[in-house]
This record gives sequence, C-alpha cells and structure tokens, in this order.
Amino acid sequence: MEARFKILRTPPDPKEKPTYVDYTVTAEPTDRVLDALLEIKGTIDGTLTLRKSCAHGVCGSDGMRINGANRLACKVLLKNLAQPIVIEPMKGFRVIKDLVVDMDGFFAKYRAVRPYLVNDEPPPPAERTQSEADRARFEDTTKCILCGCCTTACPSFWSDPDFAGPASIVQAHRFIFDSRDRAAEERLDILNGKEGVWRCRTIFNCTDACPRGIEVTRAIGEVKRKQLYRKI
Amino acid sequence: MTEPSDIRAGRPIPTGSSFELFAWFFMRVSGVLLLLLALGHLAVMHLINSIHTIDYDFVAERWSGDWGMFWRSYDWLLLSLALLHGSNGLRTILDDFIRPGGWRTFWMSVLYSATFIFLAVGSIIVFTFSPL
Repeated sequence: MEARFKILRTPPDPKEKPTYVDYTVTAEPTDRVLDALLEIKGTIDGTLTLRKSCAHGVCGSDGMRINGANRLACKVLLKNLAQPIVIEPMKGFRVIKDLVVDMDGFFAKYRAVRPYLVNDEPPPPAERTQSEADRARFEDTTKCILCGCCTTACPSFWSDPDFAGPASIVQAHRFIFDSRDRAAEERLDILNGKEGVWRCRTIFNCTDACPRGIEVTRAIGEVKRKQLYRKI
Repeated sequence: MTEPSDIRAGRPIPTGSSFELFAWFFMRVSGVLLLLLALGHLAVMHLINSIHTIDYDFVAERWSGDWGMFWRSYDWLLLSLALLHGSNGLRTILDDFIRPGGWRTFWMSVLYSATFIFLAVGSIIVFTFSPL
C-alpha cells in the first residue's frame, strides 16, 4: 500500500518556523508507523529526526502525536490509521528538532517524587516480603515506561508547564501504595500543592494516551483520595 | 507554551498548604448539597406552589413565623454554596486559562470582590429582612 504522511518538521533554529512536509512511501498495511518513518529517513530524507530505541513498545523512546493522539510509533499499524497520517512531536515540551523534544523537565519531575523504594528499617534476612494482594495494589502503575505520552496529552500540562503531570504522579502512585515503602507522606506532600495532583481536571487524555494501558486518571484519583483521607 | 518557572526543581514545590485539597473537597460536598437544596427549592417554588402565586408576601411570610429561621437558613445556604461553588470554579478556570501576571491578578480581584460583595449583601438581606 501507499502510505501518505504529513510530518511536522521543526528546524533546530528557533527562528525558523515549523512546517508540515508530505512524504509517500510504499509499505505493508501491517507495517508500523515507525517502519514507515525509518523508510522515509532511510530512502527519502535523511534529515528527518526522531528518537527510537527498542522499537517494540518497551523503551518508550518514540512517543509522538499520530493523527492527533499521543502514541508510540512502534505500536501503531498503518492499516489502522486514516491517511494522510499526521505526525507531530509530543505537545508541551520544547522541540529540539522535528520529533525530538526536550524531556529534561519531565525527568526532573520524575526524580522529584523519589521514584525508588525508600525504607530505612533494617532489612530482613532474606527479602522484604509482600503479599499478593499488597503487590496487586500498585500493579497497574508499575507498567509505566516514561514515554511521556500521558503528560504531553494533558491540557492542564499544556497550559501550565509547572504541573507535575500524569507521569510523575503515576510514578509516585507506584511507591505510595507499595506496602514496603516508607516515604509515602513525603511524596504526598510534594504532590499536595497547586501544581501537584490538584491541577488535574480529570480530562482522561492521559488514560487514552498511555501505550501501556495504565489507568492513569484512576491512579491520580487514588492519590487525590489518599491526600484527602490523611488530612480529614 | 512557557518554560517551567524552575526547571532545576522541575516539580511542584511543597507549600505545606492544603488549600487546594480543601477547595477540591468543597466542590464535591457543595455539589451534592446544592443538588439536594436545588431540588427542594424546585419542589417548593414550582411544584407545590406556582410561580404565579409567588410574590413579595409569599417570601415575607415564609421568612417569618415559626419556620422563618429555617427558610432563611435554607435560602442562605443555597446562596452561599452556589456563590462559593461557582466562584471557586471560576478561580480554577482563570488559573487554567490566564497565565500568571497582571491580567490574572486583575480578573482574580474582580472575582474575589464580586463574590465577597454578593455574599455580604445576600447575607445581610437574608438575616436582617423584616416584613414591611
């Protein structure tokens, strides 16, 4: 099949304006968007710039806007898309070039919620055990691959870059609800401000965008409820 | 878009204030209360009585007598919850749509002033009203 693309190309020089450029490649209907983009880069225009690494939906490098929705290019098949396929960088981050965005702020927020197990109690001889039920409590949010699709699908984040964003709240959720962790209070304090969970307007774009199928809005809601129950 | 104000921290700074939490909770509680109060208001004003028979005397009578204080409280609760629920919603919208700076300060001032004035005037009327 012929796959027609409309790709938003942003020059690295901020003085130059971003423009949509059309490309057409021959591809199988079962090819993924990433295959087609690499075909364009390899055979038509080598200057097209994008991130990708594992190409199998695990590393989270190739998040981008595909026909207006944040998706991983390696997880979307061409046959499932209306043509021309519009490709844009994730929205809300500074664009470095074409589809590559500056994610420094994103990872700063990720680090800010202390996304690792915090427990100063002396370790038991073997390991810190956990019941299956306790483990299931945060199963959903362990699936996050930090692609940024949720945060850059969030209108609250678009209008306020200081907002912690869904991804960092998901990461906080993963440890707040971990029975082995002891820093839940600290994470809840970090997320209790105006730019924390309360900036969320329950728009559900994040849940729709997540390539891992995490119920992001539900996770944020659980953190909100936890905030409420510890204060009231 | 604008750059985050503090990229180094890149995160919500804990303020120690739980204002946003209580504002969020208030919206839920007042929403439920408003629904019940509004249904009660609807039943009394439009189903049990008719708008054709409601006039000054009707309200004056309702606000005096044994049940006077109950109806005054009912109406004041409806007034204050609706005002605060609505103005908090507007505050949220202004926060979302106007960037920090002069215009946001201006519209927030307008909003807070209007809320305060309406609440004050309404409260004075509800609790000091005496029939002619």
